Amino acid sequence: MASATLPTLPTLPWRKLGVESGPLRLTSRRLYILPTRSGLVFSLLLLGLLVGAINYGVSLVYLFTFWFVGLGVVAMLHTHRNLSGLVLQSGAAMPVFAGETACFKLRVANPSRLPRQRIGLRHAQGQGKFDDITGGGEMLLELPLPQLERGWKTPGQFAIHSEFPLGLFRCWTVLELDWGVLVYPRPAADTVPLPAADFDDGEGNAARGEGLEFDGLRVYQPGDASRRIAWKASARGGDKLLTKQFSSSSGKRLWLSWWQTQERDVESRLSRLTRWVLDAHTAGLAYGLKLPGRTLPPQTGETHLRQCLEALARHGQA
Amino acid sequence: MIQPGVPPILTPLLWLLIPLFLVLAPHAPHLPLWISLSWLAFALLRLYAEQTGRQLVGRVLKMVLALAGVAGVLFSYGTVIGPAGGVALLAFLSGAKLLETNTPRDRLGLLFVGCFLLVAHFLDEQSLMTAAYMAFAAPALVAGMIATQSPAATMKDARATLAFAARLMAQALPLALLIFLLFPRPQGPLWGLPQQAAARTGLSDQMSPGDISQLILSDELAFRAEFSGAQPTPQQLYWRGPVLWDYDGHTWRTATPVRAAMPEAAGLGNPARYSLTLEAHRQRWLPLLGLPTHLPELPNNPTRLGADLQWQARDAINQRLRYEVEAYPDYQLENVIQAVNGPPAPALRSRALALPVEGNPRARELARGWLEGAANDEAIVNQALTLFRAQPFFYTLNPPRLGASAVDDFLFSTRRGFCEHYASSFVFLMRAAGVPARVVTGYQGGERNPLGNYLIVRGRDAHAWAEVWLGGRGWVRVDPTAAVAPSRVERGIAAALPAGERPGGMISLEGAWLRPFGLGWDLINNQWNQWVLGYNQERQRQFLSRFNPMLGNWLGMVWALGLGASLLVLVVGISLWPRLAIIRRDPASREYQRFCRALARCRIPRGAAEAPEDYARRAAALRPDLGNDIKRITRLYLIARYGPEGGATPRDLRDAVAAFRPARRPAAKLESSQPT
Repeated sequence: MASATLPTLPTLPWRKLGVESGPLRLTSRRLYILPTRSGLVFSLLLLGLLVGAINYGVSLVYLFTFWFVGLGVVAMLHTHRNLSGLVLQSGAAMPVFAGETACFKLRVANPSRLPRQRIGLRHAQGQGKFDDITGGGEMLLELPLPQLERGWKTPGQFAIHSEFPLGLFRCWTVLELDWGVLVYPRPAADTVPLPAADFDDGEGNAARGEGLEFDGLRVYQPGDASRRIAWKASARGGDKLLTKQFSSSSGKRLWLSWWQTQERDVESRLSRLTRWVLDAHTAGLAYGLKLPGRTLPPQTGETHLRQCLEALARHGQA
Repeated sequence: MIQPGVPPILTPLLWLLIPLFLVLAPHAPHLPLWISLSWLAFALLRLYAEQTGRQLVGRVLKMVLALAGVAGVLFSYGTVIGPAGGVALLAFLSGAKLLETNTPRDRLGLLFVGCFLLVAHFLDEQSLMTAAYMAFAAPALVAGMIATQSPAATMKDARATLAFAARLMAQALPLALLIFLLFPRPQGPLWGLPQQAAARTGLSDQMSPGDISQLILSDELAFRAEFSGAQPTPQQLYWRGPVLWDYDGHTWRTATPVRAAMPEAAGLGNPARYSLTLEAHRQRWLPLLGLPTHLPELPNNPTRLGADLQWQARDAINQRLRYEVEAYPDYQLENVIQAVNGPPAPALRSRALALPVEGNPRARELARGWLEGAANDEAIVNQALTLFRAQPFFYTLNPPRLGASAVDDFLFSTRRGFCEHYASSFVFLMRAAGVPARVVTGYQGGERNPLGNYLIVRGRDAHAWAEVWLGGRGWVRVDPTAAVAPSRVERGIAAALPAGERPGGMISLEGAWLRPFGLGWDLINNQWNQWVLGYNQERQRQFLSRFNPMLGNWLGMVWALGLGASLLVLVVGISLWPRLAIIRRDPASREYQRFCRALARCRIPRGAAEAPEDYARRAAALRPDLGNDIKRITRLYLIARYGPEGGATPRDLRDAVAAFRPARRPAAKLESSQPT
């Protein structure tokens, strides 16, 4: 699922770009401005008109040609001021699973009364939609970037750009912020039942374990064990498959362990474990996670889920 | 422009259609009807397609349409390049392109075509009204461009978008005017100008009965003239045009131009200086008042002054032209006394006496009678003028039809006519009596515009008079019309005509209450012509060197243009600079910022997102000698900023910060750490 690479906006080659942090203000030192393709077409048009004015010697053609020249120059100044003075600060990006699109959020504050219009973010892997920022206001600009691999991912260089008002010029700056997104491993697609709780005989029928009690039905989700599908209830209920849910009432401990997975390579094992963690969480089980070098004791709840997923995402990484 | 009731799906399209329509509308009279109609059809088709969401025209049909347009323009104009054919083709294609403009970039491109068509319209028309109209159409185009960029904003508030577009154009105007003034105007065209087939206006180089009366009915501007220094009297205001030598019994013309060199001539009195702005009359003759001291040069169009004082250019005058002349209003031409058959030169003399072999017997007989009885040529001239004065001749623009013997009919039966009848009959009589004579056509008088102190000369001022050659005096102007209607010369045509015959346009201008308006409007038009339309290389150099002689050549202009444009862009840029609003801080924050700056000077800057307490802890660890102060100030700040009312006041904080003067480096010994 490789997305097409967009052309990136250039920078001066001798200007070193470092990772920056904190609020930074867009000053003229940072901003680049060049004509767009439409701007070049427009300048060719003006050149043609000037040749016509010279050839036919019509003063009014000169006057209006120069008026449009002035318009181009004024448009350039307006495009530049549309970005000038904005204050950027990285926002938090919600963790995603590999294969999903992470939404980086850039907090853009406008410290002037001038409303800013049509400001967008652009990156080699994707671009956000254009947004307006009111005078004195603040806006979260979104940069959706597809994430293919697990781990802590920094987007690298991206550009903030604008062509407002006439589309004749593009003003931009390229920057790299100290932000990133946590990408969890992609959950394995196929279903392998959860391993048995630690007192069990290891046959993997945790669902029927004595400590688990039937807790209700929910709509089937990919990855649910086929043994847990409530076939009769589904047949009665209509077109949706239903899954039986169990809850642990007696505090039996389910260990999801690296060494229990069937797969051989690291990423597939992590995918499997991710699937199990999600399943165990949806099933409301208390589960623990055992990874080489890291052990999370059995627990329930959102926080625990996050910790487990983060441990999986960061496995083998600093 | 766009009402709230318009479905939102149509909004981007309307922001394209309306500006294009505004720009194309003035083109319509110059375009074949089928182009205008097909443009409208394309626009309506596109609107319908947009509203119903149906694709009405396939790709093949689009190609066929485009080719049909090219073929149609080729058929109508014979070419698709050049101003007329090119504009027609662009106008058609801008309509056809409407059918497939889907992206903002397509729309922007089409608006660029609109810009081109807007400017190209000035090849056809250059009046002040046209320019004013286009100055209003241009912001509409710019608003359309903004709409391609920011569809959501324009949908909400059309008026704000238009106002923004107008502001952009207004901000661009100073720069435009600067470039207009300083961009060095090149001399002449880059390639050959196409022959523009347009009707000639004004006086032609021949005179048949009725020619001038048609002209007199027109209000059309012939030229404007501005005298510097002494103003000539109405009797001196004879603007010389074509000189007519040859008569065939019906039409006066100059069959072959007079090739002889300029004869001896002498000016009388002081020369007058005037500048004349001639409208494009698409003919070769140039109006001239008096005997010029030297002839002005016309750009790319050499001129010559004939022996009959007729000034002619090589090429027809197809553009408004301005020239300055110094000339003697009174002069003597060919005043050589000696030889009887002397000047005018023999060939010219016989030409100045030639008449058709037959026709007009009564006139010839009358002239012969004068010749026998008169002592000299001057007496003959006076005889003729007496005839016009004493007999019941009337000045009218509606003379009865004349028969084959036009001069006889006029002199002896109808006796009603205007300048050309009088001039024609008079010259006929003179030639029949052996006095060399010729017809001179041109303009007489003109309306003085007191607002601008210049003369407006119109078609209605067209006139014909006579010149006779008298021994010792040379060629002398005789205006037989003045003998019949003296007010024609003194006060203009409207005064000379009977009340019922005054043309409508004239009456409105003569009307007391409309007159100032008419003259004011003419003044504006005159300034427009002088400073905008007539701003060519010569005028540019003349105007600019008035400020600084360095600006008189193109290099100086380029320097001035570069400097001026940079300065102007700087000024506009600074005025556009977004002013950062002063972020109002409460006093506690302000004092805390001062404290942070003081610490930053000690190389302990506060991190961007560092909480005050974290910062205090870190700073105290780095500078144990300042630890207590740092902790105290931070505590005071937190209480003043967030604490309950009545806690530490900002004043306590201010005093503490004022007293906080850390040394740059920790002192070696704690005792010597004195405040610096």
